[in-house]
Amino acid sequence: MKEIINLPVKNVEEEEYHINMGPQHPSTHGVLRLVVSLQGEIVKSLKPHCGYIHRGIEKMCEKDTYPQIIHLTDRMDYLSAHINNHAVCMLVENALEVEVPERVKYIRTIVDELNRIASHQLWWCSFGMDMGGLTCFFYGLRDREKILDIFEESFGSRLLHSYYTPGGLMMDIHPDFQKNVKAFIKYFRKKIKDYDELLTGNIIMQLRTKGVGILSKEDAISYGVTGPSGRASGFACDVRKHHPYGVYDKVVFNEVMGTAGDTFERYMMRMHEMHESMKIIEQLIDNIPPGDYTTKMKAVLKLPAGEYFQRVEAARGELGVYVISDGNKSPYRMKFRSPNFSNLSVLDHVSRGCKIADLVAIGGSLDYVIPDIDR
Amino acid sequence: MDNTALQERILSLVPDAEFQENKQFLTFIIPPAKMHDLAFKLKNEPDLSFDFLFCLTGVDMVQFLEVVYHIESTEHKHQLELKVRTHDRENGAVDTVCDIWRTAEFHEREIYDLLGIRFNNHPDLRRLFLEENWIGHPLRKDYVDEVNIVEF
Repeated sequence: MKEIINLPVKNVEEEEYHINMGPQHPSTHGVLRLVVSLQGEIVKSLKPHCGYIHRGIEKMCEKDTYPQIIHLTDRMDYLSAHINNHAVCMLVENALEVEVPERVKYIRTIVDELNRIASHQLWWCSFGMDMGGLTCFFYGLRDREKILDIFEESFGSRLLHSYYTPGGLMMDIHPDFQKNVKAFIKYFRKKIKDYDELLTGNIIMQLRTKGVGILSKEDAISYGVTGPSGRASGFACDVRKHHPYGVYDKVVFNEVMGTAGDTFERYMMRMHEMHESMKIIEQLIDNIPPGDYTTKMKAVLKLPAGEYFQRVEAARGELGVYVISDGNKSPYRMKFRSPNFSNLSVLDHVSRGCKIADLVAIGGSLDYVIPDIDR
Repeated sequence: MDNTALQERILSLVPDAEFQENKQFLTFIIPPAKMHDLAFKLKNEPDLSFDFLFCLTGVDMVQFLEVVYHIESTEHKHQLELKVRTHDRENGAVDTVCDIWRTAEFHEREIYDLLGIRFNNHPDLRRLFLEENWIGHPLRKDYVDEVNIVEF
């Protein structure tokens, strides 16, 4: 009979060890590295390592003119490119005390909301894929394509548009824009029901997200978690409501608020927001006033010396642009307070005590865009 | 609280705070030694309750380095801008506020990384974006990098 040797085995359950999630992990949605400290499969702590695609946009801005800077903001949160453009344009317009035509405000608001829907569609499909539902990815991308087609027709590009310029828009909207947007809303109203049937009502998805990664209201405010993720915790942080810009003060929409603050609530916030965005667009699309699509601006824009701050509601939360001008054509210092940066800082706090598989769901629900973190 | 009342309130808390003209926000320059104490009061006193630090950044003004805090009260909706200056370019340090507003932890690491301002009592003051062995702080005005920055 064979002799069996019993080697002493260390109890790995009690020992803490580290796992590197990323920089090339599908659920980090980009090049983000999370050093996860684990005991068994329980997350003890987590340290994000950023900077893999840090381009020094703030430093580049110090050399660029304001119209050039707009092209850089596209490349921060590329999924809310229009909204980032909007922030810089409004900052320059406010500093130069330029009043933009009503037509521009209407178009900008509609396009911002279309951009928000497109962003939430991509979030929905990648969230579904993170949770193991590959079908979601095809559904979401199929519908996002409709918006990108509208963008392409009017602005000439699909992802990085740079459509807004200080004082107005690069060009007028396509004659079919209104017709196509209305057709899209009619189409998407039907299709969003599929989203709910496919993923929201799915028992596996609900079991994996309800009660996971709970963030309290106090912590959301303290960590500066804004956007749908902050509102899921009951933090009323919608810039469109509290510091209105564009024509948001003329439309009726709800600031969708949650209470639970868990992963499922963050998911639901974005689902509701897509409906709210469609409501906003419907109120505006038939009322775009005629007029110029831009105002006459000077060839070289020099902001008067001083400080300027502009806040907008990007798809993932509050984007703040802070400029110190010394009167030259380039800013002396430009700072982007990006929503994803603050939202990332909370990841360690919410994921402690969760299983490592939950980390994927939590990360998906916080909806990172890495170039916006690194800038 | 409106800006006039807020201004009086801040000056009663820190008499040597320096008022700065600014169109958008009520702005004060706070002596570095008093910033942490003031921040604690701003957050915790019920009539102020500045609980949301919505922007925290640093600026190199050449004569001095500056940390800029933009805070807001989610309850009273009033906003405030505070600035803290340090004249020491080598070892300039400001007290951390990340025990008061947790979001400051990452923002202060970013400022340390890109501007080289240290934060006293910060739990984890490491570079955030650049590698630990990176020389210099890129957002400083005297930073020279012949390899990565192309001059036009």
